[in-house]
Amino acid sequence: MNDPRIPPDNLDRRRFLAAGSVMVGFTLLPAVRALAQTTTTEAGTFTASAPQLPGSLKTSPMLDAWVKIDEAGRITVFTGKAELGTGIRTAFMQIAAEQLGVPPERIVLVTADTNATPDEGYTAGSHSTADSGTAIANATAQVRSLLLFAAATRLNVDVASLTTQDGEIVANDGRRLTFGEAVSGVDLHRNAVPDAPTKDPKTFKVIGQSFHRVDIPGKVTGAPRYVQDLQLPGMVHARVVRPPSYGATLQSVDIKPVRAMPGVIAVVQDGSYLAVVADDEWRAIVAMRALSDAAIWHSGPPLPAQSTIHETLEKLPAQEISVANKTAAAAPATQTLHARYTKPYLTHGSIGPSCAVAWLNDGTMTVWTHTQGVFPMRKGLAEMLSMPPERVHCIHVEGSGCYGHNGADDVAADAALIARAVPGKPVRVQWMREQEHTWEPFGPAMSSDVTASLDASGQIVDWKFEVWSNTHNNRIENAGRFMPTWFLSKPFTPAPPKPIPMPEGGGDRNSIPLYRLPNLYVQHHFLPDMPIRVSAMRSLGAYHNIFSIESFIDELALAAHTDPVAFRLKHLDDPRACDVIERASQRFGWPHRVHDGAPSRGVGFAFAMYKNLMAYCALAVEVAVERETGYVTIERVACAIDCGQIVNPDGVRNQVEGGIVQSASWTLFEATTFDAHNITSFDWSQYPILRFSSAPKALDVDLIDRPGMPFLGVGEASQGPMSAALANAIANATGRRFRSLPLSPEMLRAALRV
Amino acid sequence: MMTLIVNGTPHQLDIDPSTPLLYALRNQLGLHGAKYGCGLGQCGACTVIVGDKPVFSCLMPVAAIGTRAVRTIEGLGSTEQPGKLQQAFIDKQAAQCGYCIAGMVMRAQALLDRVPSPTDEQIRAHMEPNLCRCGTHMRILAAIRQAGQPA
Repeated sequence: MNDPRIPPDNLDRRRFLAAGSVMVGFTLLPAVRALAQTTTTEAGTFTASAPQLPGSLKTSPMLDAWVKIDEAGRITVFTGKAELGTGIRTAFMQIAAEQLGVPPERIVLVTADTNATPDEGYTAGSHSTADSGTAIANATAQVRSLLLFAAATRLNVDVASLTTQDGEIVANDGRRLTFGEAVSGVDLHRNAVPDAPTKDPKTFKVIGQSFHRVDIPGKVTGAPRYVQDLQLPGMVHARVVRPPSYGATLQSVDIKPVRAMPGVIAVVQDGSYLAVVADDEWRAIVAMRALSDAAIWHSGPPLPAQSTIHETLEKLPAQEISVANKTAAAAPATQTLHARYTKPYLTHGSIGPSCAVAWLNDGTMTVWTHTQGVFPMRKGLAEMLSMPPERVHCIHVEGSGCYGHNGADDVAADAALIARAVPGKPVRVQWMREQEHTWEPFGPAMSSDVTASLDASGQIVDWKFEVWSNTHNNRIENAGRFMPTWFLSKPFTPAPPKPIPMPEGGGDRNSIPLYRLPNLYVQHHFLPDMPIRVSAMRSLGAYHNIFSIESFIDELALAAHTDPVAFRLKHLDDPRACDVIERASQRFGWPHRVHDGAPSRGVGFAFAMYKNLMAYCALAVEVAVERETGYVTIERVACAIDCGQIVNPDGVRNQVEGGIVQSASWTLFEATTFDAHNITSFDWSQYPILRFSSAPKALDVDLIDRPGMPFLGVGEASQGPMSAALANAIANATGRRFRSLPLSPEMLRAALRV
Repeated sequence: MMTLIVNGTPHQLDIDPSTPLLYALRNQLGLHGAKYGCGLGQCGACTVIVGDKPVFSCLMPVAAIGTRAVRTIEGLGSTEQPGKLQQAFIDKQAAQCGYCIAGMVMRAQALLDRVPSPTDEQIRAHMEPNLCRCGTHMRILAAIRQAGQPA
């Protein structure tokens, strides 16, 4: 095992840059310079008022923004992040409980709410534990110190003699003070201080334990936990009617017969925007169908041909971003390989169509939403409604898993627009399946072109990588980013797309291989014009770039007559990268010989460090490919992951397993489809995803814990590597290399036809 | 007026008989376990048991139920006292977002009612109609296997 304490040459620098990536906004006054830094990551653009503090304390430095303790000893912890089904609620309770010295069940955790919690932008990009978890850990540790000091004064003892047990402060002589007694007279409305001590990781009792998630008992017993389940007094139900295509406009509609239908309370028409409101959900759906039948539309401009979409995209005007360009002396090249990889548009495909409840009451618009960002939503809704932001209150309530920017924000705009039309009544809106599948912002189609050379010893001497991509971030910067506003009589215009700067990146995320490459050129062709509506989907460009890089590494290893795992190791310097690769290959039993008489079996390996900043992930898969049907069976997967200090091992395992299976679905089955006018993958029959028969037969995730090291985001770490490991295993099984996703049964059947 | 027997209790309902069972359960009876997913019988998020069969409640009009008993996830246990299969889902931490899980549990329950100790192949084949997007498949299978083991 390598020594994980030795950082690779530039890792600290990369993390430093990420923490303050693209410091664009600072003032020129030297004295103030350190006080305000503007940073842009996938979670948003923030101005850090306290850049010297850890995690999200940088932007919300007051202790009582994160933790409040009342005189009855009730402990409330606040996070600006939202529970998206990844288990952060439980992990944050563990972090706070550990630092405070109380059992986790004592913690009440309040998540994203514009009237209650810190503004942490979006819950996205595997940032939650690193940003918010770090802030909570440090804030609660400092609050515990304040309580101990207060108790020491009260008990007239040395503070070092005090300990905490089960939420009480205990002195050597056995005297005890509750947290409620200790907090009396302590003002938590104060700034956190830098470099304050937190608990020694060696003493952790709660962090590092597989606590059962607090949300799961309710979820498996049918308790109302989701925004879809909200039922407010006097609540009415609404459904929207969408145009048939992006640019279509309403020609005419006769709303009178719909208005007269049973239970219908209102028909909302504003330009080409149509919705119905009814006293009952099913009646709203019946009325929606009638309204949809009654609407006549002018069709919008045509969509480009799907079969040549990548060529079409590559010809669009590009904003050129030089991601890497370095040269160094190297041995002469003896062979050069070239390849091109493509990825289709992907659908987030939440199982629950997007839903929101909005209520205009007493001049305040309250919106219950499963958005990833309540604060950006408040800003966008305020603009849309011409209301002051303080009159818009956005509260996160769990929804179906979103996997990025899906319909959650748009449906909240729908709810707010409709609620404005029926003031005083809480309005629940849920999209229909075909609305979700055709109107969500998709994960962008991408293409990449890679050329690399090997020297006589099989070492890579040069690497050239170009990637073409639309934006991966159309989140709510202004009202025009809400799709429903495009159809209003006074439509809003979306803010122009902007690339997410490296090192996190968007389309260029993970476009720099972690491998030692003396001559390296990476170019991102950022394409602002988007013929198909796109935005953030889990892992952004990393999925495609890791698919490309890790497929190509396999091609190079083959050309170098080197085992693919050995080839990777001989190009890596980062000991933690080597550790996950070695661990995964041991777990799998690599090198694995496919037994004779099974020509359709193959094995594949892949590795990546998410964003070159977050969790390290290596995995090996074995597949069986049925040539006659093109069907791929995943016989087994062995994965090793290092995400720094682990808070909840089973929670990490659940996330990594989920990422692997979801990526298998994207890679083997999925493509958003369209014809000249419409998105045609409008439901699960037209957009098939992985079902139980295709789930891996065995899936083994091994965790490497790094106590005391920073939390590294893990929720999006395995998607990229899984795609390439599958492609490599299929290449190994069939002798054919497939570079265009998806590696679907139809494609493989046609390509492998005997 | 029609009578619907849900989790052993008869309920009088005054609704359009073409209303799918899902909406009656969620809105008229306040049982929010079953979820709207597609309205097309393609995803299984709405699965409940009618008689002894798992059905897509988003497609079945209340008028078609007749005297058959309806079982929903709320009938298997409560958050405080989960049933055996629900407890297996908790033990295996077999959920991420959890939106599909009520449907998963009810489809699995219908199998366990018929085949108390199903094989892995039987479980996979039986669960095929239900979709999970978070990729929790391995844990869902493990939970059903656990519930299928003799106590």
